[in-house]
Amino acid sequence: MRETILTFIEKNSKIDLQELSIILGVDEAVIANEVAQMEKERVICGYHTLINWDKTSTEKVTALIEVKVTPQRGQGFDKIAERIYNYPEVRAVYLISGGYDLLVTLEEKNLRDVSMFVTEKLSTLDAVLSTATHFVLKKYKDHGTVMLPKNTSDERMLVTP
Amino acid sequence: MRNPLSDKVMQIQPSGIRKFFDIVSEMKDAISLGVGEPDFQTPWHIREEGIYTLEKGRTFYTSNAGLKELKIEICKYLNRRVNLSYDYNSEVIVTVGGSEAIDIGLRAMINPGDEVLIPQPSYVSYLPCAILADAKPVIIELKAENEFKLTKEELLNSITDKTKVLILPFPNNPTGAIMTKEELEEIAQVIIEKDIFVMSDEIYSELSYDKAHVSIASLPGMRERTIVINGFSKSYAMTGWRLGYACGPEKIIEQMTKIHQFAIMCAPTNSQYAAVEALRNGDKDVEEMRESYNQRRKYLMHRFREMKLECFEPYGAFYVFPCIKEFGITSDEFATKFLEEEKVAVVPGTAFGDCGEGFLRISYAYSLEDLKVALDRLEKFVFRLRNK
Repeated sequence: MRETILTFIEKNSKIDLQELSIILGVDEAVIANEVAQMEKERVICGYHTLINWDKTSTEKVTALIEVKVTPQRGQGFDKIAERIYNYPEVRAVYLISGGYDLLVTLEEKNLRDVSMFVTEKLSTLDAVLSTATHFVLKKYKDHGTVMLPKNTSDERMLVTP
Repeated sequence: MRNPLSDKVMQIQPSGIRKFFDIVSEMKDAISLGVGEPDFQTPWHIREEGIYTLEKGRTFYTSNAGLKELKIEICKYLNRRVNLSYDYNSEVIVTVGGSEAIDIGLRAMINPGDEVLIPQPSYVSYLPCAILADAKPVIIELKAENEFKLTKEELLNSITDKTKVLILPFPNNPTGAIMTKEELEEIAQVIIEKDIFVMSDEIYSELSYDKAHVSIASLPGMRERTIVINGFSKSYAMTGWRLGYACGPEKIIEQMTKIHQFAIMCAPTNSQYAAVEALRNGDKDVEEMRESYNQRRKYLMHRFREMKLECFEPYGAFYVFPCIKEFGITSDEFATKFLEEEKVAVVPGTAFGDCGEGFLRISYAYSLEDLKVALDRLEKFVFRLRNK
C-alpha cells in the first residue's frame, strides 16, 4: 500500500486523495492516515515543485562539484557531509562510489557566487582534498520529467474500432 | 460498362464506426472517448530496437511465417503467460496485425456454406471476414444480464450440422467482458462434443484486471481445435507497427501461411525485430500499462455510479459498455447528440452488432485528466436528458 501511494505522490504531490482512493479502490481515510504516518516517519520528506527556471527572469546557476575528502575516524564521511550540507545554498550532497567521494549540487545566482563558495567555503575545509566544479548548461530532464515543451497533441484518430 | 464490382463485396456493409468517424472528423475541437488503441506510445526500448534495425540495414523480407527469433519468443511468451506450448517452426505464423490472422484463419478453414458463429457485440471484422471467406455468419446475441459472456446454452442453440467455427472474442471489444476458466470449460465441452473449431481472438489477453487471462486452447482437448490469435497492438501499445500472430495445429497454420505467402509475403521486418525486443524485455511495460488502465477503469466505474448510469463492471480490455436505455433514444441518437452538444465522441453500441443497441462503447485509453474532462461533460449531458 505504502509503495503504491508513494509512486503516485512521487510524480504528483498535488494529487487529490479522494481521487487516489477511487483509482486504488482504497478508503480515503486509510490513505490519508498512511500519508500522515509516512510524513511523521520522514519517509515523505517534503513536497516540492519542479520548476524550469530558464523560463523565468530569475538568474540561476547550477553547479555539480566533485569533492574528494579524507574520511574521519569513527565518523566516516558523515561528519564532513554534514558540514557541507548545512550550507543553505547546497541543494544536494551524495556520497558517490568511484573516482571521488561527494557530489555536491549547488545553486547560486551567478558564477561568482559559485566560485566564492568553492574557494572560500568548500576548499578550505580540512577534510577536503580536492574539488572539480561542473556547470550545468541545460537541463533536459529532471526528476524523471522532460523539461522541454511537451507534445501533448493526441495523434490518434478520434474514433477507431 | 459492366459492373466492375463483386456481389460478395457489395453485400458487406461499411463499418458503423466509419460512418461515425466521418461525423466526428467534421467537428472541430471535439474530444473523444472513442478510440480502440492505447494512448501510450510504444515503450522506448522497443522503438529504439526498431530504429537500430533500420540502421543495421535489416530491410529485407523475412521468411513467410515470420522471423525465427520472433516465433521462438512468441512460443516462450505463450508458455510463460497462458501455459500454452507450440512448436515455433510449424505452429506459429506472424501476421500483419491480429486482423490479418482473423481473415486468413477463416479463409483457411471455411468451405462455402459452412457456418461461423459470431458472438456480438464484438469487433467489426469478424462478420465481413466470414462473408469474404464464403461462410454463412451466424450471430449469437450476447446479453447484458450475462455480462456479455457467451453461455453454454446460447452456444448450443446456435449450433447446426453446418457449424464449423466459433469465434471467441474475449477479453471483449466493445463490452470489456472476460471469460473465466470455469466458463470456458463449459464452452469447451460443447465444442468437443459437437466437433467444431474455435478461433480465439485474445488480442486483449494482457488486459485482464481481475484474474489472469485463460486461453481456451489451454483446456484439455482444445489445443488441436483452436486457433489462438494475439498480437502486439494492445499489450505493447504497438498498433501502428501492424503486427500480430496466430498459433494452432500445424495443419491449419500451414494453409494460413499459404494464403499469407501469396497475399502479404511477410509481416514488416522492422516491426518483427522490434517485437522480439518487446517479448524479451517488455513484461514490465505491459504490467505498468495494465495497472494504469485498471486505475482508469475504477475511476470510470466510480463516475458512472455517481451519475447513476447503468453499467456492469467489465474486467477486460479498455472499454466500458454502459446502458443508455433509460433515455428512450437509440445509441446512434445518443452518440450524435452527445457529440453535437458536448463535443465528445463515443461509439454507439450498434457499431458492434445490432444487439449493441441501447449501449455505448466508452474507451478508457486516455489519461485520467482527459477522462475527467470528458466524463464531466457526460454527466452534464445525462443530467440534461433526464430533466427534459
